[in-house]
Formats: sequence, C-alpha cells, structure tokens
Amino acid sequence: MGNRSFFLVSFTSFLAGVVFTRQSRPSLSSFGAESWLPSLVSQAVIRSLGPLITGLICAGKLGSNIGAELASMKVTEQIDAMEVSGTRPFSFLVVSRVVATTLMMPILVVFADMIALLGSYLTVHSINNTGFKLYFNDVSANITYLDIFSSIIKATFFGFAVGLISCYVGYNSENGTIGVGKAANMAVVVSMSSIFIIDLLSLQFINLFR
Amino acid sequence: MTNETSNNEKGNEKVDVADTEVVARVENLKKSFGDLQVLKGISLNLHKGENLVILGRSGSGKSVLIKCMVGLMTPDEGEIGVLGYNVRSLSSEELNEMRQQVGFSFQSSALYDSMTVQENLEFPLKRNLKLFDKKKLRELVKTALQDVGLEETSKRKPAELSGGMKKRIGIARTLILKPKIMLYDEPTAGLDPITSTEINELILNVRQKYNTSSIIITHDISCAQQTADRVIALVDGQSKIEATFDELKNTKDPDLAPFFKY
Repeated sequence: MGNRSFFLVSFTSFLAGVVFTRQSRPSLSSFGAESWLPSLVSQAVIRSLGPLITGLICAGKLGSNIGAELASMKVTEQIDAMEVSGTRPFSFLVVSRVVATTLMMPILVVFADMIALLGSYLTVHSINNTGFKLYFNDVSANITYLDIFSSIIKATFFGFAVGLISCYVGYNSENGTIGVGKAANMAVVVSMSSIFIIDLLSLQFINLFR
Repeated sequence: MTNETSNNEKGNEKVDVADTEVVARVENLKKSFGDLQVLKGISLNLHKGENLVILGRSGSGKSVLIKCMVGLMTPDEGEIGVLGYNVRSLSSEELNEMRQQVGFSFQSSALYDSMTVQENLEFPLKRNLKLFDKKKLRELVKTALQDVGLEETSKRKPAELSGGMKKRIGIARTLILKPKIMLYDEPTAGLDPITSTEINELILNVRQKYNTSSIIITHDISCAQQTADRVIALVDGQSKIEATFDELKNTKDPDLAPFFKY
C-alpha cells in the first residue's frame, strides 16, 4: 500500500514545499524576516502540511481503492465465499488492510516531510543561492522532538482512520454495482473529513504539552 | 406424489434414499425481506448420497433457502439441521466447523479476483487447515483441478477464464476441503448447453468420487433431469411437489407444467 502511494505522495509534497516557500517568501521579505523562511517552512511542513497532504492523498488513493475493492468483493459474493468456506473474511480482509494503512502512513509522512523540505530548499537555493547545510541547520534548529513525535502519532491515527473507514463502507456496501461506486465515494469523503477532525483534535491535545 | 424413495438411474448408479441417513433437514423455514415473504414455511430432508434438486422460477426463494442452510442468511422462523448441527444456535466457531464440511458453489462462481487459480484453491487450505507445506498444497490443488478437468489453469487469474471454467474452478475450490454436503446454486446458469452438460456430469462425478450429498438449486430442466435423484418444486416460497424427475415431468400443475414446455 505504501510503496504504491510513494510516488504520488512525493510529487505532491515536493510541489507543496515549493509553493509554500514561494508564497511565504515575499511576505517575510516585506518584514525583513527572510532568514526565518527555513524555520517557518519546517514547522509548517512537519507540524501540519506533511501529515495533512499525505493523509488526504492516502484517503483519496487508498480509501477509494479499499472501499471499491471490498464492495466489489461483496457484490460478486467473494466475501460470502470466504465465509462459507469457514474462513473469517473480516480478519483476512479488514484487519490486514487497517494494519497496513496504520503502519504505512507514518512512514509516508516522514518521506513527505523530507521531500517537501527538499522542494523548499531547492526553491530558496534557486533564488539566493543558500547552501544546503545552512538551510537545514536553520530547519533543524527550530524543530523539536515533540513536533516530530506528534506528527508521527497523528499520521498513525490518520492511517488507522482511512483503513477502518474504507474497510467498513466497502465491507458493508449494498445495492450491487451502484453500491461499489457509493462505497468508493463514501470511503474518500468520510476518510478526508475524519483526517481534518483528527488534525484538529490532535492539535488541541499537543498544545497541552507545548 | 411425495416420496422418500428415488430410483433415478445414472449409469450403474442407483440411489435409493428411503433407508439412508438424513444429513440435512429443514423444517418450516420462513424468511422475509421487509414486506416480501420469500420462504413461507418450507421443509425438506437431504439424505446421504442423494442429489436433491430444488426447482423453481427466479425469485421463488431457492438461493435464500441454501444461504440460510449455511448461515449466510438468518431465517425468521424454522429449524435447520446440517450434519447434526442446529444451524440457528451455533456459535461462530461451530458455524465455521460446520461450514468446512459443506461446499457451496456460487451462481457467480465467486472466485477471488486478485488471486490466481492456484491461490484460490490454496486459500481454504491455508486459512482453515493451516496447511503451508508448498509441496502438499501443490499436490492437493493439482488433484482438485484434475477432478474438474482443468489442471492447466493453475497460473491463470479468474478474469482469464470462461464462465464454464469459472464454475468448475469454484467447485474445485469447495472440493479441496473434502465436503460431505455440496450446495450448488444455479450451476448451469448462463452456460451453453454443451458446457451445462459437462457441469451436470461433473456434479455426478463429484458425488461418486467424494461421496457427497448435494442440493442443486436450478431452474434448468436439463440440469434437473441429469442430476436429480429427487426434485422439490418450489413455488412462491413453498414446496409444491416432491417427486422424482420422471414423475414431475408429467405433472399437470399449472405452475410447473410450463417448465417442461421449453
């Protein structure tokens, strides 16, 4: 699951890093605070942008994939076939997928953060020839362990929510092929909404430790 | 016309069910979906070694009946006994134990799309019997595929198979657990007459080789004629006539006589 999403997550994260840097730079320049750019970008990326982008991409890609796959298995009686053969389809189909999304999301977020920061660095470097070491010294100076830890925990919850919601709607879909489309749609919409809710709740929780 | 003695001959085989043990029993089964009552109190006995055909039009409740028998659907009323298990009062573990002894061939074949034929057949062995020895798995799959005449398909995906091949592989997947009872849901639906005949012959071969008792759900008269020891005609969720095929084909019943006109 993770390796198939890696390219898409990398591509969007890189662009997010580039765009965020280009949009923030003029504002900071007007206050004479251009040197704060690495700090701003790193905090934005690690605390929020990285997990959020990865979560939304995975909600779209994995959510629709899992929702549609399980729903079509239901429609074509494949899940019934597993049940009547005496196997437990829930553990085979649902547990494995939820565990996979829960474990892969934090790994993808770490990659997404690194690639977004790389995009940001290349943008800054192309404008004022800032060195790699200088840029990443500024990045690391303003990032705490709490930022990294909270980002990974948040991503874990994102992955769990995407897996669980997508499996639930797919596994319980009805009404034939129309149900497959509905399940895919529902998996994406509810997963994305849940990501924003988890993001907000985790922000409230993490602020207790800041 | 009701009887418990069938003497439908198939080759040298003659099945007389009168004195054989009852392996599955359904009593006064009722099932509704909302306001629509699909099963209105059907009762039947399946005897050891027997091929019992449930004949009826689409929507008469045939598939619902066998889905209730394996616990895929919960009936509203009635009793179901399969191989000594009271299906309605089984725990999840007991239900799985019972299901491993009952093969279910789906109308749609229900092969797992993402797996090859080999993996489809290995799946119940790995998940149920915890059998992971590759050599043993290959042997068992090969035997099951040989029994349905498709040993060359093991590396193919279901999408690469014809309708008749899918039916055969579906049957092979159930046979791999050596079931005592086989439930066939419309085994010849959507197949050409030649392939249908092959499937009917396969059903007879399965009984002979695996000593199975079978319930065959169909609206296909030629399937009933070739495979049935006894036929129960289902009309509007009720058992209307129980007879041998030869007795049934002379029926004057207005609900059943049209079956034999086409």
